Amino acid sequence: MTGPVLSVRNIEKSFGGIRAVRGVSFDVRKGEVLGLIGPNGSGKSTLFNCILGQLLPDAGEVSVNGRPVSGLRASHLNRLGVGRTFQQLSVFPKMTVLDNIILAGQEHHGTMLSRLFGAPDAGLTQEAERMIAFFRLNHLRDELAGSLSYGQQKLVDAAMAFMAGPSLVLLDEPAGGVNLTMLSHFKDRLAAYNAEHGTTFVVIEHNMEFVMSLCTRIIVLAEGAIIAEGTPEEIRSNPTVIDAYLGG
Amino acid sequence: MRVPWRLLAVLLLLAAAILIPLGQKNYLIYVLTSWLIFSIAAMGLNLTLGYAGQISLAQASFMAIGAYTTALMTLAGWHWLVALPIGLVLCFVVGLVLGYPALRVKGHFLAFVTLAFNTLVFLLLRNEEWLTGGTYGLSGMPRPDLGLFSTDKQLSFYYFTLGVAVIAALAMWGIVRSPWGRAFKALRENPVRAESLGVDTRRVTLLAFAIGSAYGGLAGALVTPLVQFIEPGSFGLAHSLRVLLMVVVGGAGSFFGPFIGAAVVILLPEVLRFTEGYYLIIYSGLVIVMLVFVPSGLIGIWGRLRDRFRPQRQMRGDMPEGARLP
Amino acid sequence: MSQFLQVLLSGLATGAVYALVAIGFTLVWQAAQTVNFAQGEFVMLPAFFVLVGMNWLGLSFWISLLFGLAVSVLLLGLVFKKLVVEPILPHGGITLIIATMALGILLKESAKEFYGAEAQPFPALFPGDPINILGAAVSLRDLMNLAISLGVVMLLTLFLNRTRTGRCMQATAQNPGVAEILGVDVKRMVLYTFLINAALAALASFLITPVYLAKFSNGETLGLIAFIAAIVGGFNQIRGALVGGLLIGVLDNLTATYVTAQYRAALPLILLIAIILLRPQGIMGTSEGRTV
Repeated sequence: MTGPVLSVRNIEKSFGGIRAVRGVSFDVRKGEVLGLIGPNGSGKSTLFNCILGQLLPDAGEVSVNGRPVSGLRASHLNRLGVGRTFQQLSVFPKMTVLDNIILAGQEHHGTMLSRLFGAPDAGLTQEAERMIAFFRLNHLRDELAGSLSYGQQKLVDAAMAFMAGPSLVLLDEPAGGVNLTMLSHFKDRLAAYNAEHGTTFVVIEHNMEFVMSLCTRIIVLAEGAIIAEGTPEEIRSNPTVIDAYLGG
Repeated sequence: MRVPWRLLAVLLLLAAAILIPLGQKNYLIYVLTSWLIFSIAAMGLNLTLGYAGQISLAQASFMAIGAYTTALMTLAGWHWLVALPIGLVLCFVVGLVLGYPALRVKGHFLAFVTLAFNTLVFLLLRNEEWLTGGTYGLSGMPRPDLGLFSTDKQLSFYYFTLGVAVIAALAMWGIVRSPWGRAFKALRENPVRAESLGVDTRRVTLLAFAIGSAYGGLAGALVTPLVQFIEPGSFGLAHSLRVLLMVVVGGAGSFFGPFIGAAVVILLPEVLRFTEGYYLIIYSGLVIVMLVFVPSGLIGIWGRLRDRFRPQRQMRGDMPEGARLP
Repeated sequence: MSQFLQVLLSGLATGAVYALVAIGFTLVWQAAQTVNFAQGEFVMLPAFFVLVGMNWLGLSFWISLLFGLAVSVLLLGLVFKKLVVEPILPHGGITLIIATMALGILLKESAKEFYGAEAQPFPALFPGDPINILGAAVSLRDLMNLAISLGVVMLLTLFLNRTRTGRCMQATAQNPGVAEILGVDVKRMVLYTFLINAALAALASFLITPVYLAKFSNGETLGLIAFIAAIVGGFNQIRGALVGGLLIGVLDNLTATYVTAQYRAALPLILLIAIILLRPQGIMGTSEGRTV
């Protein structure tokens, strides 16, 4: 039995006198879709940034596949198999959809030198096209990413996160600002990807319905600590969670 | 069907570059040769500035390294073709050493470091007379003899330079079309996203600077046999600025920009000769005006004209909406 | 020992003037993300304005100084901001940097073409007679330069920390967005910064030109030294720029006297590279500080 894909151990993070995260620990197993939810100011963004190495925790450790990752640069973390999406739109607007997606894979193929002297597409066109087809973006393959609609750009962003075949993907508010039709398509694709590849997801999200239907397990944070953990059904009926959201 | 047109235009220009100097006076051929040499230097700096987004103010000192290396070695009896790679490697390594600390820190530190470096190189060239001949410089360097093809005549040296420039341009074309080129573009558009997709921003930028510097070395290695006399004054800060402005005027980040920019900077003094001393005042004033209105350079002006006169491709319905979003 | 003191004091005097330039550079960078590569020319030019006042307009020296100050603040402050910085800044920091480089060439060549390529004598504000301090012969000019520069830095610091406008300027520099929300007239504060920079440059010009003579190419070294002082000092603090300027002034004089005059100009450059290698945040900067 292999260990957890993501392991978070006793993470502490304070800003000034405020303890934003107070000794949070949890593990995420391969193939799980973990939702991190909590009211505003619950510390979930801080925790998320600690996992991504954007913030250095005051104490505790984050490891991916058994390897400590705190303080790694984003590019290094990505090459260890951690993909992510962004809350704001994060595509390369003046590159085609295809180029966006090839870029997301190319740094994982070959060496610096082979990327200089090798094929312009790093041999990734077919793979990128498969990814484009998976997200049903075929008709937009050669469009500039910046000319796509908001929801379509979110799909490209996700496709980029998956392109390198990561073992763990962190999704930062994927549902934010996406219209309903697009959202159900998006959720369907994320779930399908998880089912096909067994990739582990950690999702931060405000949209309860989205989280409840996508995630297999949910952790609820309030005031920097875990107050509840369980399947969507358990969380839905947990009185502490309802209190935290309503009473604050 | 865009690509064949572009290829055709390039071939046409190349044919022009071959035919124009035929039967011309030596002076014009000399001007054309220096245009090619400065195009090479500007092409290298374009990689640093236009693609990797870093300002280098040391392109003239990399030209100096290339020029003095080939000068010293050819004077000592080595063939130019042996001296050239040594000059290039030297520039590349110096670029790495200079860029590494400067690019560790965010911001425009490379601009300051290269500014300092250019001054430092100038001082070395001036003061270390035993090696560089000091202010008197070095002279009498032979032109490369390529067996069947001697470059002693001005015209044959022009063709030699043209050949080198074409090879350098093809290599650059390869670089900007390679996955590296894509990484540069990504870096320019959204560095945070690029980093999160595994692009090692720091390393890519550093290598772009080092390669750009080697192009400076190549240009310098061609200066030596062209003028057959080099002195520190030709490699001062003003010359680095000159190359930088070539890149900007032509259009930083566009492939053909450096050739246009170099042509403007080389030819403008001839055109504005009647203004006498006011040439640089007019030129720098024009550059500022250009940066206000068309920051993408002369290539940008061309792009705007083309967009105006050519029917747009059919716009998809949701495009305006997409473009408005941040 | 007395020679050392002499070298030290005159180094401090030059260094204090460098500091004025470096502080102006830092303020403008902070308030408007403008890395002004024409800063050296901003110091070269005011002396020429004074010469124009004296020799072309026939004004007396002291009136010409005021004239030079006014023209500098107008051209290098207001016009610079309105015609160069404002329209170009939206195109990006690098474009603006390049524009200031072009501006540097424009100013330099203009001084050369319109006034003269020869170095012009510039009247001294204070007599250069040596005074004896602890056995060291120090010129009154050096002492006055040091006193005036330090005095101005102190006044500036008081202004920034103690007055309402000064605090608004600081808020603008630290976080324009928040300052705007707090009701600070951000545009006005940025403009003030440009005016102050021009005034500091003009003052530095008046103090240093009697030594260097008025020459169109003065800006090259002065600009470089100001950048280096700013970087050595940590880029975003008045205190840092002051220490950086003084340090370079002293080191410069010490090298010229005790080591080599040939490589005198190389010293600040080596210092710059050392700082970037060892302490990129500057000797007075904190690593938490905003990077460039």
